[in-house]
Amino acid sequence: MNTIEVNNKAEIFSTEIRGEIDQWVAKYPADWKQSAVMAALRIVQDANGGWLTTELMNDVAAYLDMAPIAVYEVATFYSMYELKPVGKHKICICTNVSCMINNSERVVEHLEDRLGIKLGQTTEDGRFTLKEVECLGACGGAPMMQIGKQYYENLTPEIIDSILEGLE
Amino acid sequence: MVNEVCLRTLDLDRPWRLEQYQSRGGYEMLTRILKEKTPPDEIIEEVKKSGLRGRGGAGFPTGLKWSFIARNAPGQKYVVCNSDEGEPGTFKDRDILRYNPHQLVEGMIIAAYAIGATRGYNYIRGEFWEPYERFETALKEAREAGFLGENLLGSGFDFELHSHLGGGAYVCGEETALLESIEGKKGQPRFKPPFPAHFGLYGRPTIINNTESLASIPMILKEGGPWFADIGVKNSGGSKLFSISGNLNNPGVFEIPMGTPFSELLEMAGGVKGGRKLKAVIPGGSSAPVIPGEQMMDLTMDYDAIAEAGSMLGSGAVIVLDDTNCMVKVLERMSYFYHEESCGQCTPCREGTGWLYRVVSRIENGQGRQEDLDLLNDVAARIGGRTICALGDAAAGPVAGMLKHFRDEFQYHIDHKKCLVGAG
Repeated sequence: MNTIEVNNKAEIFSTEIRGEIDQWVAKYPADWKQSAVMAALRIVQDANGGWLTTELMNDVAAYLDMAPIAVYEVATFYSMYELKPVGKHKICICTNVSCMINNSERVVEHLEDRLGIKLGQTTEDGRFTLKEVECLGACGGAPMMQIGKQYYENLTPEIIDSILEGLE
Repeated sequence: MVNEVCLRTLDLDRPWRLEQYQSRGGYEMLTRILKEKTPPDEIIEEVKKSGLRGRGGAGFPTGLKWSFIARNAPGQKYVVCNSDEGEPGTFKDRDILRYNPHQLVEGMIIAAYAIGATRGYNYIRGEFWEPYERFETALKEAREAGFLGENLLGSGFDFELHSHLGGGAYVCGEETALLESIEGKKGQPRFKPPFPAHFGLYGRPTIINNTESLASIPMILKEGGPWFADIGVKNSGGSKLFSISGNLNNPGVFEIPMGTPFSELLEMAGGVKGGRKLKAVIPGGSSAPVIPGEQMMDLTMDYDAIAEAGSMLGSGAVIVLDDTNCMVKVLERMSYFYHEESCGQCTPCREGTGWLYRVVSRIENGQGRQEDLDLLNDVAARIGGRTICALGDAAAGPVAGMLKHFRDEFQYHIDHKKCLVGAG
């Protein structure tokens, strides 16, 4: 498998991003830089408004001495990486069994109505994306959703409204 | 006897802080082991005596797993914690990470000492940001206190521990997929043998244990294996964290002795919401075959009792369903999950989970055919036992249980093109 040749790795990414990725690289054996690929993809995705371009994935490959295909494999396998633009706030709604029987359908409907989009879509102003996700391990607070890094549990339409109004 | 092991600091203010953990004797066991240079074999023997079985769902005896490692073989060995909690209905490890992360850290250090490992990773599911931050803070505190790093407490034993964040893939809860994921690859399970004890992370001997299993270790060693075993019942030592959710007044995580009657657990969880009738229980995560409510009320929460009833205790994730639920719809949602999460490596799982979902879905949506009921059982039987990992079995498992106990609902959907429950 071919890797991308770069002359100067300092030209890839900003100093901050390189610093963050390097912290993850340091956690793994010296000859296993590839172990940091999941963290690197997460870091560059966050810095790019929540999604990964092919160019960014190639940069990650170059930075970690990986073949681009190996990075694409990871980026396409795990559901938290986005390969298309997403809204500023990605709203992930769990609809798995415990949430479903606690009326997650009402959560989905309410958000769809309020935002005027369906699951999998992004509002025209680029502020919100609705995404259906599998069990997030917070079934005691069903129905629940995640926005950014935060979990929101025991949702009702009123609680959802107040959460959305509190977002920038 | 509740909250005796993993949740024993839950009543404290900010129980996740080092000083709070130490106020309850935290890190005393580790300190004693390092000072006295306890022979590793003694530790492994004690864990065996405790009857602790893997709390992630498979129930494999933890002490036995540790004994598979050739601890004196040269080279790097690893301890890996599986905090990739993803089995639908399970939310207990999240609470350990949030409220008692130091006990997990102490358990992992002791495990490393017992098998001769100097490095460890805790694989935390990517969505668990708050738990990850709590665990990271605990690592920092432990490092500053000299419990992590080189030459721990002057013992000559080194151990370094890091988190690894997942990216949203249920299959990474399978231990070899998890190892692949730490290595920076797609999380596709490895063919076994070789098992991780011989060829694990980076090809080195590795033990992988669930969060709850490892967090139980300090108390097992402090109070003794028999103490832990006696909390529970035969073949099911100890207490266990049950995540109970569904149609309940007070869902949550309860740490109670193995062998506790389900009826008592249901009571702790506030009973069925709205006083409605208990219809069915999925006793061990969505992979566990469903058990009718009436039968469940006579069962105790331990490996043997649930297995004898034709299901499994799994991760201790109890999903309670009241009589307003359509079981066809429940199975449809579960089948969708396994189809969505199949890693695609083995044909029976990749194709079979799609078949299961599509057939259950057409029954649910009034397009079922009479032969579909046999077809479902047939497809499930062709997945089970024919794949590299247990995800295929997990997808197949619920089907037979649903058709056995709630066949009339499936039949009604086929005959009347609508739902028996609430005529929905």
